[in-house]
Amino acid sequence: MSEASFIIETYGRLLDEDRLEDWLDLFAEGCRYEIVSRENRAQNLPLSLMLCDNKDMLRDRIHSLRHANVFNIHRDCHVIGLVRAEPGREGRISATAAYSLFQSNQDGETRLFSVGRYQFDFLPSDTGLLIESAIVIVDTGTIPTLLATPI
Amino acid sequence: MSASISGRAEYHFPAADCSRIPYGMYLDPEIYALEQQRIFRGPVWNFLALEAEIPEPGDFRVVGVGETNVIVNRDREGRIHAMVNRCAQRGAIVQRAIHGNARAHTCCYHQWSYDFTGRLINVPFQRGIGGKGGLPADFDKSGHGLQRLRVQTLSGVIFGSFSETVEPLEDFLSPVFADQVRRLFAKPVRVLGYQRQRIFGNWKLYTDNLRDPNHGGLLHMFQITFGIARLSGKGGARLDAEGKHNLSWAAQGGRAEAGGASDEGYSGTDRGDMAIKLRDPSMLRYIKEFPDDLTLAISSIFPGAALQQIGNCLAVRQIRTRSAGEFDIVSTFFGYQDDDAEMTRHRLRKANLAGPAGLVSMEDGEAVELVHRAIAGDADQHSIVEFGGRGTVTDQENLISDVPMRGFWLHYCKLMGIVPGAGT
Repeated sequence: MSEASFIIETYGRLLDEDRLEDWLDLFAEGCRYEIVSRENRAQNLPLSLMLCDNKDMLRDRIHSLRHANVFNIHRDCHVIGLVRAEPGREGRISATAAYSLFQSNQDGETRLFSVGRYQFDFLPSDTGLLIESAIVIVDTGTIPTLLATPI
Repeated sequence: MSASISGRAEYHFPAADCSRIPYGMYLDPEIYALEQQRIFRGPVWNFLALEAEIPEPGDFRVVGVGETNVIVNRDREGRIHAMVNRCAQRGAIVQRAIHGNARAHTCCYHQWSYDFTGRLINVPFQRGIGGKGGLPADFDKSGHGLQRLRVQTLSGVIFGSFSETVEPLEDFLSPVFADQVRRLFAKPVRVLGYQRQRIFGNWKLYTDNLRDPNHGGLLHMFQITFGIARLSGKGGARLDAEGKHNLSWAAQGGRAEAGGASDEGYSGTDRGDMAIKLRDPSMLRYIKEFPDDLTLAISSIFPGAALQQIGNCLAVRQIRTRSAGEFDIVSTFFGYQDDDAEMTRHRLRKANLAGPAGLVSMEDGEAVELVHRAIAGDADQHSIVEFGGRGTVTDQENLISDVPMRGFWLHYCKLMGIVPGAGT
């Protein structure tokens, strides 16, 4: 398994296990995390569903989920497809993969919450690759109920 | 006497001021079907789209009026028209794309095509071949166009109505809400994008939510937790004369006062801390751009639209109903054409506060679904709407109120033919 695939697997698993603070550690300090609909992408419209253009904004998002926001109690299950990774400039790696995200409630009822595609850019560091940019392009642009936990 | 409005469904509004809402009004498919006729197709102006979304001749968007698919488009002379997106022949969807530029709207089923006014302009094989087949000789295309809506615009905001008797748009909006439209659309806008959300609950639970400022500082804890705003801040609600629309507003400069008497209302909750700070508060900054001091202004336009200003995050929301238990919110976010790159970036970051993933709005989806699930099976019980007092529906000078909800319901009942509180 390539290092990019390894990190992407970790990314999905940490979200599924609600280890959001550990998930944050996968990101570089100057990172960008963005969830954007296919609809806006296709029309060159810049609006996102979620936009963190530095790691502090991403930390704030997780902090808010933990301490402020009220959302549907659920567990996530990310099913991430095969990763295609390619070398970029200055030791960077670009990777893309399709995903399905299922949500299950406390009664064990499951629904398909979101499908789409990841576009990752990884940055080399002393401790290995860090996520410099994670763009989640959602085909499921009509968000069922609400979007709280990261995709 | 109960409110009998559709033959079978009977729900009793025990109070004439709508301070009690029977749960059946949120659950009953018959009520829902009647709403499509009496509310969305009744004497109202429904928000359709922005002129900026269809700037060129032939540009169109497919939008929703209640559950009805409507094409909004611009003709070659630049005029706006709206018509039901359903072929006059067999009832198929005519325009299958949700936006684009068209020379005409042609139904794929039998290739009937319609111009930008909804007029039927072409029927293939109308005369058959060699005198055989085709439509009868007396078939008149002029009698078989798409069903048209009346259209009026204000400051580039397009409204449509099925009603022949509805008052002019500005009278319907009243001066307060016509001014709110002009305020947000004083300059040419640039559409930044769309957000869509499907909520599994009745659409009126959301219009209630929009007219209930009291929940803002208790459910949406982002602002409270991070010390941004609270119910004790300066704010209130403004209504039109009938109380059907509602402007929830707040004018707050930076961190609201913490501690002391203003916090006492939070006793008994775990929600008054205000001690935690954001690591990057830059998106909360408000760059003053309106002549007034409002930092929050949500204008809920009866029946299913809202204009949103959350700081510099601007949007128009359209409720599209799907059934008694399901609706979509489609939001169009915008800035102004004279925004520089930095202002656009600020608006895009600020959009984190709103919509289905909004730090101060995601809870609404959860709240609506919690109510809808819990009331199932208890159509004859009712909710309590008494914050801000009973009786007359008027402007509110504080946020601890849900009086605007009663304004919505009083007008709703009037259009539905319900007399709340009538009899015992």
